Amino acid sequence: METLLEPLSYAFFQKGLVVASLSGGLLGLIGVYIVLRGMSYIGHGLAHSIFGGFAAMQLFAAKFYAIGAGLWGIVSALAITTVTKRSRVGADAAIGVITIASFALGVALFAKFGSSGPSFDNALFGSILGISTGQIVGLVAVTALTASFVFLRYRALLFSTFDPDVAAVSGVNVGRIEAALMVVLSLAILATLTVIGVTLVAAMLVIPAVIARMLTDSFGRMLAYSTLIGTLCGLIGMYSSYYADVPSGTMIVLVGAGLFIIVLASTGGRGSRRSAGLDRHPEEIVTK
Amino acid sequence: MTGTGVGPELIRLTGVDASYDDHLVLEDVSFHVHEDQFTGIVGPSGAGKTTLLKLLLQTLNPVGGTVWRAPDLRVGYVPQLESVSWNFPITVFECVLMSRKSSRIRPWASASEKASVSAVLERLGIGDLGERHIRELSGGQQQRMFLARALLRQPQVLLLDEPTSGVDISTRHDILHLLADLHEDGMAIVLTTHDLNGIATHLPHLVCVNKRIVGEGTPKDVMTSEVLERTFGARMEVLEHLGVRLVVDEAPTSYTPGSRI
Repeated sequence: METLLEPLSYAFFQKGLVVASLSGGLLGLIGVYIVLRGMSYIGHGLAHSIFGGFAAMQLFAAKFYAIGAGLWGIVSALAITTVTKRSRVGADAAIGVITIASFALGVALFAKFGSSGPSFDNALFGSILGISTGQIVGLVAVTALTASFVFLRYRALLFSTFDPDVAAVSGVNVGRIEAALMVVLSLAILATLTVIGVTLVAAMLVIPAVIARMLTDSFGRMLAYSTLIGTLCGLIGMYSSYYADVPSGTMIVLVGAGLFIIVLASTGGRGSRRSAGLDRHPEEIVTK
Repeated sequence: MTGTGVGPELIRLTGVDASYDDHLVLEDVSFHVHEDQFTGIVGPSGAGKTTLLKLLLQTLNPVGGTVWRAPDLRVGYVPQLESVSWNFPITVFECVLMSRKSSRIRPWASASEKASVSAVLERLGIGDLGERHIRELSGGQQQRMFLARALLRQPQVLLLDEPTSGVDISTRHDILHLLADLHEDGMAIVLTTHDLNGIATHLPHLVCVNKRIVGEGTPKDVMTSEVLERTFGARMEVLEHLGVRLVVDEAPTSYTPGSRI
């Protein structure tokens, strides 16, 4: 009990615990859609893209870096969707080109005109030190927005994820749902960037969802489990980070990886079968 | 079965061309779907059968010609089983329910929605499989599940892409009877198939496609060596047995009950 209570005497840890738990739950929730749509790579790419925006905004309007970096990420996400639909370029190639170019542009601007500092490093690896009230409010707002989006558009999101062609025929505006999902994903990455870090956000989008998939065959339960697992990873990861004295993002991800191994070992072949092919979109499996 | 289509028109394609990138897949196709129609679209792989369905579904825009659909037309669609992601975490109940548009704020099913899903599953003979994962069903049960999802929307037109692909003879028989019952209930049905003897010959109306519409009419009209050769690009013998047309690659010399067409 002493182990649990002692860090709570520090205000920074209290804030960090709230932020890490919310971040884990938020990424766990939205990660279900990302993993089932075979878009794990987009989480990785968008995190880098938003970091590019984050770096660039440090130069031009540091006070509004969150808005700028968020817009930078949203534009990248929508550009990927547009390029993929209107050309012969595959989604993976479009993600690779657009997000990494966006990342490189931001870093190049920063290297030429800026100077490295704590906020820059924190965005890379995550840190619980110096979390502002504004960041917490932002994270709570994005979490509420994401939860509302999933709650209110549950069936349309499920239908367009499972079977986009039939969803479109059945009256679901698949394009609008996908665009909204990209906006929500960009905001979620932006809101969690400073706690978990750009290099590790993608892992937390994927790990809770894959663990949840190994535990259930029901979509509704997968959503609940993934959110819960993400939250637990945030909580346990924060304590581990405090005692191990290493960046919070790394410990949150390592806790997730540890849980993954435990669940894989305990569910055995059943878990492996359930999660097999999770990174492939139905369209890629079609025999034409 | 009746079903050559003389009732009110629901969908009309007029002189339609369709292509993927620069590759023309369908050329100058005119096709009508009427309220009382039951049509099979037959043709070899790559002939444009699925593309024709996509045009009817309006998920593909033509590069030439026009597509008209009756206002507020309700269309049900059953995809090919091969195109489904069977590892997706979803139960039969969840899969069927997703097609129901909910006016409620809460995402979970209301009592009336649960009753509707249960009723349609019962009607299709899979009422006890609602909690199963979709991968745990047999091919015939999977086909019935997607039929249930389409029927939950109470469609006026049901479009099916190769509904008997990969299922056994008994299941194929069941599916055909099920579709006939739905047609009797007043639903227009259009399906694609490459199964000439198992499906096409039992349908009231066929359209033979190979980039263009090669033939159209009852099985007696179009299941002839000439039309099938133009459709499939290979010589086929057509026999008649107990009033049903049967297609073989080569007519067996020992075959006596029927007569060559």
